[in-house]
Amino acid sequence: MIPDIVLFIILALVAVASAVGMLFSKNAIYSALNLILNFSSVAVLYLILGAPFIALAQVTVYAGAIMVLFLFVIMLLGAERLRRSETLPYQQPVSIILAAILAVVAIYALLFRPLGIEAASVANPDFSSPAAMAEMLFNEYLLPFEVTSILLLVAMIGAIVLTRKRQRRVQR
Amino acid sequence: MNLSNASASLNAILPLVVVILWACALLLVDLFITKERKGLTALLAAIGMLASLIITLARLDLEAVVFNGMVTVDGFSNFLTVLFLGSGIVAVALSYDYLKRMGLEKGEYYVLLLFTVSGMMLMAVASDLIVVFLALELLSIPLYVLAGIATPRLDSEESSLKYFLLGSFSTGIVVYGIALVFGATGTTSLAGIVDAITAGSAGMGLLVAGAAMLLIGLGFKVALVPFHMWTPDVYQGAPSSVTAFMAIGAKAAGFAAILRIFIQAFPALSVDLTPVLWVLAALTMILGNVVAIAQRNIKRLLAYSSIANAGYILLALVPYGQSDVAADSVASALFYLLAYAFTSFTAWSVVIALEQVEGKGLELEDYAGLSRRYPILALTMTVAMLSFTGVPPTLGFLGKFYVFRTLLEGGFPGLAVIGVVTSLISAYYYLRVVVYMYMREGEPQAIRDPWLYIAATASAICLVVLGIFSQPLFAWASQAMLH
Repeated sequence: MIPDIVLFIILALVAVASAVGMLFSKNAIYSALNLILNFSSVAVLYLILGAPFIALAQVTVYAGAIMVLFLFVIMLLGAERLRRSETLPYQQPVSIILAAILAVVAIYALLFRPLGIEAASVANPDFSSPAAMAEMLFNEYLLPFEVTSILLLVAMIGAIVLTRKRQRRVQR
Repeated sequence: MNLSNASASLNAILPLVVVILWACALLLVDLFITKERKGLTALLAAIGMLASLIITLARLDLEAVVFNGMVTVDGFSNFLTVLFLGSGIVAVALSYDYLKRMGLEKGEYYVLLLFTVSGMMLMAVASDLIVVFLALELLSIPLYVLAGIATPRLDSEESSLKYFLLGSFSTGIVVYGIALVFGATGTTSLAGIVDAITAGSAGMGLLVAGAAMLLIGLGFKVALVPFHMWTPDVYQGAPSSVTAFMAIGAKAAGFAAILRIFIQAFPALSVDLTPVLWVLAALTMILGNVVAIAQRNIKRLLAYSSIANAGYILLALVPYGQSDVAADSVASALFYLLAYAFTSFTAWSVVIALEQVEGKGLELEDYAGLSRRYPILALTMTVAMLSFTGVPPTLGFLGKFYVFRTLLEGGFPGLAVIGVVTSLISAYYYLRVVVYMYMREGEPQAIRDPWLYIAATASAICLVVLGIFSQPLFAWASQAMLH
């Protein structure tokens, strides 16, 4: 049995490497594939944390459905052939500085907890079982859950209204 | 939550449920309505909102905390619900002939209108930040689509895209704010946040940052300076009937969220936030009113006027942390919103009556000589402009009066002086419209649509009559927010 920490380090390395790979690949398809790898490794991280439902949702929704859509769009648009061009010369130095600031702040916050955030407590082992999730969704979060469904319906109607081809007739 | 509990919860938000179900049904029914008879869809949409309005009015004193504290029905939410439904019905009246004239008739227009109204109604009752976020999305997404419904007209597409990009950006900031508040207090419920603050378990630094993020995100929605950049372009490009509704509904819903969140959950942060609100209100009033002077296009003029009005509404919120003034803060803000809604609808219905295809008929010059050929339109527009300026006995005057009184109670005479001075500045561009209508020669073109005339004259009459008998209205607005 491999200890969790070893698994975690391996997975974390994979996740970070694939995220970096996604950013740096010249081809949009490779970027998308790297993103899938990233999503999947994060899904396994959820599994280690004892959250099987979220892990599966991550795989089916993100790594599955959304990424397939991404790939479709990339291939249909032919975006993988687009030349990468640096339009903002100051972008790179600025991004490095900002990233450095973020890293310093994050490490500082982690080490010293200046704002009084307690260390994350260990969750109840049942916390993320499908039954517990369902219990939460359909009891405590019933209203947000239902409103979300309406929201998706509205977004769908909107997308269709805006993109449907139609004849225009202007009365004068 | 067991079954009887759920049905009690649903019963408390019955008006909202009616509107949502009606919208879903209308979406299907509309398929069977032929293209020549879309007036029927408009009528059905108005009937749905009217039914919901009747239910709301029948139980105006209903107070309930349901859905595990995520929803609070109280005097505050009932007042706003009536405002939203009334605005929705007027918007249908303004839209019907306009859409036909512009060749934009689509059944989905009214369905989306119903959905955005339902989002606003949800905002009025939301007492949990998650519900606030969902309500914000539910009211914004249909508005993004409605702004672009005149596609492939370029300015409408531009308006929709700008509104969508900046709108989703601001929603992102709201979500970030919610996350910070959650990080600081461990809860998203407004009551829970108060408990965490009083128990001393909240990280105050994070909480202030979260509150500031919420203010920025919602400030985008209600067009506070410096988050107002999108307003003139979006208001100008969107179809006028949409703009009219957007200017009133979206602003009122944004303020509903700001008022509820700040007064209910963040009074303890007022030491940090009141100066910020002070500066935002002053900037908004000054910039909105001064830039409006330069506008020749009536839609842009009204857009800047709506920015300036957001400043006046925010005035009411500045002293929100003083517990003896907070009730007057809510009341005067609600009253101002109501006055603003009536005034705006009056002005926008005249704008819609004069607008021609291809965006013509929107310049100030097109209003020259209106009083001779269309005396009723000219008179209603004059009433609206006087109300915007704040001339007694119109509703607009009383709105400003109550807001300034709240400010003085809270001890901010300096800000009240800025408000009065900017009101004087605003008289210049509001009254210029009146001067054009009455003292310049011209051949204005306007359409004669009965619904439009009814909406324009009825809201103009309300502006004057309600202005004279404002006491009961203010008493209604004063009905307490449930804590």
